[in-house]
Amino acid sequence: MTESASGGFVASLRVVGHVAVHVFKESVRDRILYNLVIFAVLLIAGSYLMGQITAGQDVKIIKDLGLAATSLFGLFIAVFLGIGLVSKEVQRRSIYSLLAKPVTRPQFVLGKYAGLVLTLAVNVAVMIAAHYSVLGVMSWLESPEFRAGWEAPATDPAMLKAFFLIFVQLMLITAVALFFSTVSSAALAAALTIGLYIVGHFNADLRNFETVVDSPAAAALARGFYYVLPNLAPFDVKTAVVHAQPVPWGYIALTTAYGVAYVAALLLASIVVFSRRDFK
Amino acid sequence: MPAIRTEALTKEFPVGFWRKRVHRALDQLTLSVEPGEVFGFLGPNGAGKTTTLKLLLQLIFPTSGVAEILGRPAGSVDVRHRIGYLPETPYFYDNLTAEELLLYFAKLFGYAPADRRRRVDRLLDEVGIGSERRQMLRRFSKGMLQRVGVAQALVNDPEVVFLDEPMSGLDPIGRRQIRELILDLRRQGRTVFFSSHILADAESICSQAGVLVAGRLVSVGRLDEILAVERGWELVVADLSEVAQRAIGSRARRITQIALGRHALEVAPTESDQFVRDCIESGAHVVALNPLHATLEDFFLRAVQDERGNEGASSDDSRATEPPPTS
Ligand SMILES: Nc1ncnc2c1ncn2[C@@H]1O[C@H](COP(=O)(O)OP(=O)(O)OP(=O)(O)O)[C@@H](O)[C@H]1O
Ligand SMILES: [Mg+2]
Repeated sequence: MTESASGGFVASLRVVGHVAVHVFKESVRDRILYNLVIFAVLLIAGSYLMGQITAGQDVKIIKDLGLAATSLFGLFIAVFLGIGLVSKEVQRRSIYSLLAKPVTRPQFVLGKYAGLVLTLAVNVAVMIAAHYSVLGVMSWLESPEFRAGWEAPATDPAMLKAFFLIFVQLMLITAVALFFSTVSSAALAAALTIGLYIVGHFNADLRNFETVVDSPAAAALARGFYYVLPNLAPFDVKTAVVHAQPVPWGYIALTTAYGVAYVAALLLASIVVFSRRDFK
Repeated sequence: MPAIRTEALTKEFPVGFWRKRVHRALDQLTLSVEPGEVFGFLGPNGAGKTTTLKLLLQLIFPTSGVAEILGRPAGSVDVRHRIGYLPETPYFYDNLTAEELLLYFAKLFGYAPADRRRRVDRLLDEVGIGSERRQMLRRFSKGMLQRVGVAQALVNDPEVVFLDEPMSGLDPIGRRQIRELILDLRRQGRTVFFSSHILADAESICSQAGVLVAGRLVSVGRLDEILAVERGWELVVADLSEVAQRAIGSRARRITQIALGRHALEVAPTESDQFVRDCIESGAHVVALNPLHATLEDFFLRAVQDERGNEGASSDDSRATEPPPTS
């Protein structure tokens, strides 16, 4: 009994895996992805020139730009690719033949998500490689005396912490995009996701809203939003890393746990909505 | 146990800006198809055929009623291992080749790699996709996509196959290939449920037919019974005199001169004896007497006309109803 149940579970995961691999395959062949990745890599490489213009005074600007570019292009990939792949599947009705196969709707949602996260992971890895290459070259070109003036080495491994949190944040955004694309059209889903991304970065301000307004109702509403909307500010440790301030592991663990919990809730909501939906 | 069974299956779509009114696309469909039957599901545009198929595949959920396939609720995963589905005007992924698409679908059924290859190669051959199978699907024409659609519906050797307009968009060769494919399925004892507007094709492949009009199943029958209905006789006579032509010809349903001195008379089923006698008495020679059988087209047109005649002008009002008040 338990054996067949666990066998069923493994088989079920395998189907999720097949869907995920398919998403990955489809997305690496998508022109949008290439454009975005090439653009991001160019931007990171170009940041070296920027560093030159500002008199080579600091490596910080390059670090900052590389991290910001990864975060921004990751967002674009999550939104345009993520939403494109899911709503296109519904709108163009390729989902009809897929759901006639032994794929349940929860498996479909989880497989899409896993495939998108896999795509993101590969892209973020490419951007990290570009980032470290640029910094490595720069460090090699400068004299040792000059390098001694930097707060942290150019290829500071601590930056990986910032990249990691950016990745967790992108996982969250992807889950948001997936959720919106299960309930609305592609364009609306993209707008809502980007809106939520922006709101998410100012979320902490909502908490202090009551000190700004008098109305208790407005304050309560703001507080409600504060708890429901994702809080994205904690995922941004760029400034700390660039200025060689420590980012404790405990902080990373806690922020990751928050991200993972939020992703789980969004996936659950997506599955619930998607499982009842009529495909027109 | 029937292969397909529905009971009072009903689907209403909300319509209008506020989605307050509902449109009943399928109205209490009760139908049962035994294993091994090839069921032709006919009906005018907008009758609810695609809606029925989508309900059977659980791509949409019924407002009320039951749909079962192979004795299990439609849409359950174990049922989906045993069925195939060709959607109406199928569309797949732009960035996959035909071969990759089929291999992906075969993988979802859990077949081993060598088995997948074998199935996919055989099916693409059968539907007439040659070297194009290595091209991206975005470059496929409508008819080529339709062929890929039929192939993917059969990738698991399904016991029950649902085909929504399998012939649509195909050239004459493609139509023939698909017809042969369905006849093969019929010979293998599989159940096929297909919708079609091409009645000549449907007539040559189905064993049963049903006509859906405005969401209601108005007529069902076995094809041999439908075609056995005698529409009358065609009497071919030679040397029919002018006088007899006028006297006898005016009583026939139709009289046509088919050659010099030769006429074909179409007469009602019960009157053939009298006509033969009269012709001989008038000095003419009877050359042939052929039974005229009904076609699927007659069956279809009669069912649609009867239904529309009964309905009258108020039909649309009765189908769009306000939802019951919620308290
Ligand atoms: N998603 C939907 N929302 C509202 N009405 C719908 C929806 N889908 C179908 N309908 C309506 O239901 C009715 C049946 O449509 P359906 O597509 O099942 O017809 P059909 O028999 O397949 O027609 P065709 O021969 O043209 O393919 C039509 O009146 C259609 O307008
Ligand atoms: Mg249709």
